[in-house]
This record gives sequence, structure tokens and C-alpha cells, in this order.
Amino acid sequence: MKPIYFDNHATTQLDPRVLQAMLPYFTDMFGNSASRNHAYGWEAEEAVEKSRGQIASLIGANSKEIVFTSGATESNNLAIKGVAEMYAEKGNHIITAATEHKAVLDTCKHLEKKGCRVTYLPVMGDGRIDLEMLQSAITDKTILISIMYANNEIGVLQPIAEIGKLAKERGVLFHTDAVQAVGKVPVNVISDNIDLMSITAHKMYGPKGVGALYVRRKGPRVQLTAQLDGGGHERGMRSGTLNVPGIVGLGEACAIAKAEMAEEAKKLSGMRDRLRAKFEAALDEVFINGSMEHRLPHNLNMSFAYVEGESLLMGINDIAVSSGSACTSATLEPSYVLKALGLGDDMAHTSIRFGLGRFNTDAEVDYVADKLISVVKKLRELSPLYEMVKEGIDLSKVQWTAH
Amino acid sequence: MAYSDKVLDHYNHPRNVGSMDKSDSAVGTGMVGAPECGDVMKLQIKVNPLTGIIDDAKFKTFGCGSAIASSSLATEWLKGKTVDEALAIKNTDIVNELALPPVKIHCSVLAEDAIKAAITDYKVKQGADVAALAQAH
Repeated sequence: MKPIYFDNHATTQLDPRVLQAMLPYFTDMFGNSASRNHAYGWEAEEAVEKSRGQIASLIGANSKEIVFTSGATESNNLAIKGVAEMYAEKGNHIITAATEHKAVLDTCKHLEKKGCRVTYLPVMGDGRIDLEMLQSAITDKTILISIMYANNEIGVLQPIAEIGKLAKERGVLFHTDAVQAVGKVPVNVISDNIDLMSITAHKMYGPKGVGALYVRRKGPRVQLTAQLDGGGHERGMRSGTLNVPGIVGLGEACAIAKAEMAEEAKKLSGMRDRLRAKFEAALDEVFINGSMEHRLPHNLNMSFAYVEGESLLMGINDIAVSSGSACTSATLEPSYVLKALGLGDDMAHTSIRFGLGRFNTDAEVDYVADKLISVVKKLRELSPLYEMVKEGIDLSKVQWTAH
Repeated sequence: MAYSDKVLDHYNHPRNVGSMDKSDSAVGTGMVGAPECGDVMKLQIKVNPLTGIIDDAKFKTFGCGSAIASSSLATEWLKGKTVDEALAIKNTDIVNELALPPVKIHCSVLAEDAIKAAITDYKVKQGADVAALAQAH
């Protein structure tokens, strides 16, 4: 039997309705949407334009403002590098935050080598940025603020409308990586004053390998330096033959999200809250990471103190979740997001991220809760730290032999 | 990551979990690692004063599956050995027995350190000179 899937921040299962919408574009309707002189091209172009409309409708944009990409990593690269190059004469300063995805952080690091100056705002204990700190970080050289809509590890929502308002007042462009938020919570580029926004299909029950960048056309008209040279597709901002089946899938995923989001969010937050309540009723020394008030409905990130994350995952190998523990990461460093909240490495090592999704059931929530509780109890029997705490020893006062 | 069957067996059925009285003069306690590093091992031995043989060994470990398995295996190997025989256990023996991948070798090193720390503690309790012990190791 395959594990229960509670890792919906990593990716989501393709919705069968999305697959159905995509299928004809792999076979009969295989045309290149840029072919202007025959029916194959026309039907492909029509499908692409329909998708553009579906995406725009979900986020309050105009369909002409949607640029298709290969996914959010490309969208983030295009937005940040494209603005940095296009507006180089205006300034060279970018503001972002410590808890951003690597696709934003590493793009900014790349630009620092090219002469840009980047401010990495710290976050508060709840995972949100301090608006006053943002305000005072803006200089007359600032050309871009890039702050994510919702965090991929802790699900914390940033004060996007306030950031957008501030950016507009100061004449600075505002980009947001919204891959975790779009289709999950209401997102509106007009009311939030967003100038550029990264979206990906596979986080919202669509296919992998396709995404979009929203690029505002008026008030202000945002210009980007293209990062790929070629046929000048997508208003010259992103050359390359369009991935028509993928784009159809992204559009359909957006249409479904628009119709079902409100009800789905209610269902998922209910399941999430029950999961949390079960942990807190059965276990002591468990802690929520990040704000519960400003949070995606389907995210729970908890530290199970004195139990190391990888050993916990090993005991729940019939459940797919992820951990902030160093042992589970490629870099062997504990989660930089959790450390940015001020968590010590010891607590980051004990964290588990639960990402609920459209296809999860109440029975799965009960199973996951019961299984996790029993494994945490078993591993605490094995934990010298838990034993010491129960004996009244203050672990912060112990002289450890770090290695 | 895929674990070897032996790591899984020790993780699912850890041997000799528990604690012994730290103040008992026949008990040596070793605690190594740090919570910030993601692993802490506590390993204890109880030595028979007449024979010099390790009669009992216990462990508790905070750490990944490989760290738990390394310390569980160490307690199995310690029982029935003299203190000097126990000092001969090398981390590479643990790596080979559990088929640990390169990224998990530090778990075996930690287990060897825990064995040595427990033996040192025992010897100190028996009146040995700490400085001399440090040199001997």
C-alpha cells in the first residue's frame, strides 16, 4: 500500500478533471499555438487563451497580464532578474526576506554578484516580516520588493496587502512568490497592489513543469528583460514554444480552485485543527511553528520536542510528510526557515510539516494522528533528553560535547 | 533514504533501552553529542567487580535511525566483554555490521565515543587518574 500523502506543500496529486482537460492536447490537438496559418495552431492558441482567462479570473488580473513559464522557479528568476536588468538605471537595491524559497534567495544572491544590493529582512517569531522594518529598508535606489505570499514550510501568510500598499506609495515594484497561496486562499492582484506574481500548476492539483508569471500592464506598466532569447513568445518576455497540454491543465486547475476554494479551505482547516488538537491532547512538549492566525488553511508545522525528525519519519513510513531536521535535508543543515523564526537547532531537528490536500480524508487524519502519537511516545522512551527534562534538568545548562 | 535491514531491526526492536543508577560505583555513564547537532547518546555499562566483565549495558538515544541502531548494537556487543575488550570496539566495526552509508558514519563515531566515555567514567569511579586515562586513549 502506498503511504498516506500529507506532503501537499511539496506537490499535489493531479486532479482527474485536470487530466481529462489536458488529454486531447497530447493527441488530436497537438498544434503549436504560434502557428498562425492553420487550424492546428488556431485550436492550440484558443486553448492557451482560455487558460490565460481562467488564471486571470482566479487572481483578479487581465488575461494579457499572464506570461507562461515552466514553473515557479522560472517565474521567480524572470521576475527578479528581469526587473533588476530592466530598471538598472533607476536603482540596484532589492528587498526580500530570510524565509523566502531558494528560487528567490539564490536568484538574489546571483544578482549580488552582478552588483545589486539585497536586503534580507529578518522575520518575527510568528514568521511574518515587520512592516516598519520594510519601510525603513526602502531607499531611493530600491527597485523591487520580493516577499512570498505564503511560506512553503510553515504556511505563514505575509501581510501582502500592506506590503503592496507601501510599495505603491514608494514607487517600488512588488513581486510575490504565491505558489503556496494561489488556489488555496483568495488572492487579488488589484486589491493587494501586486505588480508581479509567480504561480505554479503542480501545487494546485495541476501538472508539473508549467507555471505563470503575472506581469502588471497598467498602473504601472511593468517591463522585464527577457531571460531567454528566441522567438519572442509571450509578449517578448518568455520565448519558447508553449507547453499547451500543461497550460490547459494550469487553467483547468485554476477554474476548479475558483469554484471550490472556499469550501475546500473550510474542510482542510477543520481537518488541520483536529490533527493539531489530537497531538496536543495526547502529548506534552509539542509546539506550533509560525503564526496560527495568519496561516494557510491546510498547513501544520509542529515540533515534537526531544524526538529527532528523521527517526520520527522512519517510524511513520506509511505516511508521507517532511521534516525540518538536518538529517532529511540535502545540506545536512536544519531548516533555515525555522531558524529564522528564532527556533534553536534542537527544535528545528524535531519538526514535522503536514500539508493537507484535496484528496485527504477524515479517516486519514485520525490514522496519522494516532500513528504519530504512538511513535513519538515510543521514541521519547528512547530519548535521553526527554528523560533529563522529566528529571527536572535544564537542557540549556548542560555542557554538551558537540562534535 | 533506504535503511539496511539491520538498522531497521534495531530501530523497530531496540535492545537494552533504559537507564541505570548513575551513582552506583559499578556503573559507568557516557553521554555524547548535543541536541543542536541532532544527536545525543547516553550509554551505560555495569561491570562485575569480581570478574571485570560488563554484565549489563543500557542506552538512550536522541537521533536518527542510524544513531539509535548504532547505540543499540553497541550495548549488545558490550555485554560479556571485559572493559579492555570493550575499548577495542571501533566505529568501523559498527559501520560494517549495520551497512551504514557514508553520511551516517558520524553515528558510529558517536557510538564509539559513548563507549569510551562510559568506560572512562567507570574507571574514574574506580579511582583511576583521569589525566593518565586521557593519555592512554
